[in-house]
Amino acid sequence: MISDTELQEMYGWMVTARYYEERLQEEYLEGKQPAFDISAGPIPGELHLAAGQEAAAAGVCSHLDDADTVTAPHRPHHVAIAKGVDLERMTAEIFGRRTGLCKGKGGHMHLFDSAVNFAGSGIIAEGCPPAVGAALAAKKRGEDSVAVAYLGEGAISQGGFLESLNLASVQNLPVLFVIEDNDWAISMPKERVTDIRNGSQRADGFDMPGKRVDYDDACAVYEAAGEAIGRARDGNGPTLLEVQVHRRMGHFMGDAEGYRPEGDSERAKRRDSIERMETTLQKAGIDDDTIGDIRDRSHQRVDDAIEWAKDQPEPEPDEAYDDVFTNPPAGWTPNTKPEQAESTGGDD
Amino acid sequence: MAEADEPETAETTDERETTMSRAMVSAIASEMRDSDDVFVMGEDVADYGGIFDSTDGLLDEFGREKIMDVPISETGFIGAAVGAAQAGMRPIAELMFADFFGVGMDQIYNQMAKNTYMSGSTVNVPMVLMTAVGGTYNDAAQHSQTLYGTFAHLPGMKVVVPSTAADAKGLMHTAIRDDDPVVYMFHKRLMGIGWMPAPDGPKTSVPEDDYTIDFGEADVKREGDDVTVVTLGLHVHRALEAAADLTGEIDVEVIDLRTLVPLDTETVLESVRKTGRLVVIDEDYHSFGLSGEIIARATEGALADLSAVRRVTMPDAPIPYARPLEQAVNPGREDIIEAVQAVTE
Ligand SMILES: Cc1ncc(C[n+]2csc(CCOP(=O)(O)OP(=O)(O)O)c2C)c(N)n1
Ligand SMILES: [Mg+2]
Repeated sequence: MISDTELQEMYGWMVTARYYEERLQEEYLEGKQPAFDISAGPIPGELHLAAGQEAAAAGVCSHLDDADTVTAPHRPHHVAIAKGVDLERMTAEIFGRRTGLCKGKGGHMHLFDSAVNFAGSGIIAEGCPPAVGAALAAKKRGEDSVAVAYLGEGAISQGGFLESLNLASVQNLPVLFVIEDNDWAISMPKERVTDIRNGSQRADGFDMPGKRVDYDDACAVYEAAGEAIGRARDGNGPTLLEVQVHRRMGHFMGDAEGYRPEGDSERAKRRDSIERMETTLQKAGIDDDTIGDIRDRSHQRVDDAIEWAKDQPEPEPDEAYDDVFTNPPAGWTPNTKPEQAESTGGDD
Repeated sequence: MAEADEPETAETTDERETTMSRAMVSAIASEMRDSDDVFVMGEDVADYGGIFDSTDGLLDEFGREKIMDVPISETGFIGAAVGAAQAGMRPIAELMFADFFGVGMDQIYNQMAKNTYMSGSTVNVPMVLMTAVGGTYNDAAQHSQTLYGTFAHLPGMKVVVPSTAADAKGLMHTAIRDDDPVVYMFHKRLMGIGWMPAPDGPKTSVPEDDYTIDFGEADVKREGDDVTVVTLGLHVHRALEAAADLTGEIDVEVIDLRTLVPLDTETVLESVRKTGRLVVIDEDYHSFGLSGEIIARATEGALADLSAVRRVTMPDAPIPYARPLEQAVNPGREDIIEAVQAVTE
């Protein structure tokens, strides 16, 4: 059974993530209108929003604490929020500020918050092997923490994922692989790139439990993830979990989605996991005031984080040359422009 | 392809102004019309037309059998291109970003690049590996690299880097017809994509008819007597801007390498013998790479003529996200001007 506290917490994460991305979207588009220029505005670069995928984050992360590791792919905000990544510093990172999680070096696809063991990667499926490694470390140290690797349904054909399933299985490691099936990998629908109906079937080949949650109900995800994570903590090895979610937006901001059939994105928007969650809360006897309160507080938290982030200083150009190593070898330089070491040789 | 900036028109003039992406697509389409062996494989190459428009419009003419969307499995589909090429076809495999090469690297450098040699030329691999490179739009460390030097370093593949539409078309024809593997690296910023404005230079007048550009022929994009600037890709245009700014002060020659393997050492040496000063501008990492190679060849071939050498490159650090950081590391016009002035001091 899910406690009221857990329900409310999950709902809070979900509305935080949804509102966060609405606000990011506004900020992102600033300076990119009327002509969309990816490098303009206060948030430059690619931006992959996860609106419609919040249930997959909330239902799993509800079972995790700070010691557990999560790796996220290029679409990370909802998972980061549910994992407890510092929202202010994450936002500052997305705005490219010096006080951001990664001092402005990472950006939205590469968020790292070691306080809660969260890490990102923009290379498809390549967050899976490090999650296996985190689980391996936990096992070797006799700790009961687990690791969760998030990936999209497009990533299930990637070697890094399949090799990770095998390694986790043969080593009996405490890992949960979570496939967020939003039906699309950029412009490629899943039936074009795989013959299996469900990503969870990949588990069969590795003699590992595979489970699919067919609708993006955070509570159903909670149940399935709870069982898997419990098994992992008890030393009974990995699980593959797939969750049907919905991609309400383009693949990234600026994607005109010309490839998407008429009505598909409207359909995705109609199946709203947040509305479903509100109904669940009401059924559990949580009154509308409480629900409204959670929503308001979540929105406030987001607004505060964005305001804080935008006030933060940008990095100094020279900081680009720091952080290559934690322990730079004596005499090593990244060949910085300020001290470009090239000789002006010969005798001129 | 979000907002393609130019629909293809059915003009029948001999030359027309076009973007680099349209020029590449027209070469691919023409080769596909001529040979059933040519086909395209990659992620989002069909309906999307390539994230950077490199295959935009091809699906309509050639259909899904020839313009194949493939699973996100770089090892699988790049390796399949190798196998199909060895079976006599001429596949064009698109690696969406050069940065993703790691995922399929074995197929690239141990299979594609070596099978000809290992087989004593009893096997050949007539394929094109087409890939997007470069930064300047804050896509951070995993999506902004050029990796020119990495690909050029490993023996067995030809490496092509166009900087204009006219070059892009001719080099693409040559790449597809070549009997060896060719890595065709196009800079995203040059493509003329609606959502990533290109500088003025890459959109050029392009002959309508098919033509090839031989590999190993660098192009002197601007003649000058005082300093030789050797560069490629996006930085050809930055160097030309810098050279224009220096007009009247320093007479700069700008050499666009166009192909790295084979490398046109002779054109570089000829220029250096004339100017005595060499500046290499490279959007790749500093050490053990392209800039060092060019300088080594210049010193091997024209040491006595050289009075000064500089290079402006990305540092030996991953590429940062934030705008001021990326701007600091990616060689800009000012950096080029400074380097050119420094070698003439
Ligand atoms: C190795 C690699 N190949 C290709 C890409 C480009 N790419 C980024 S996201 C994406 C689609 C991913 O689809 P999916 O896994 O379903 O995740 P979604 O975007 O739907 O969340 C692709 C092909 C990449 N980042 N890494
Ligand atoms: Mg997907």
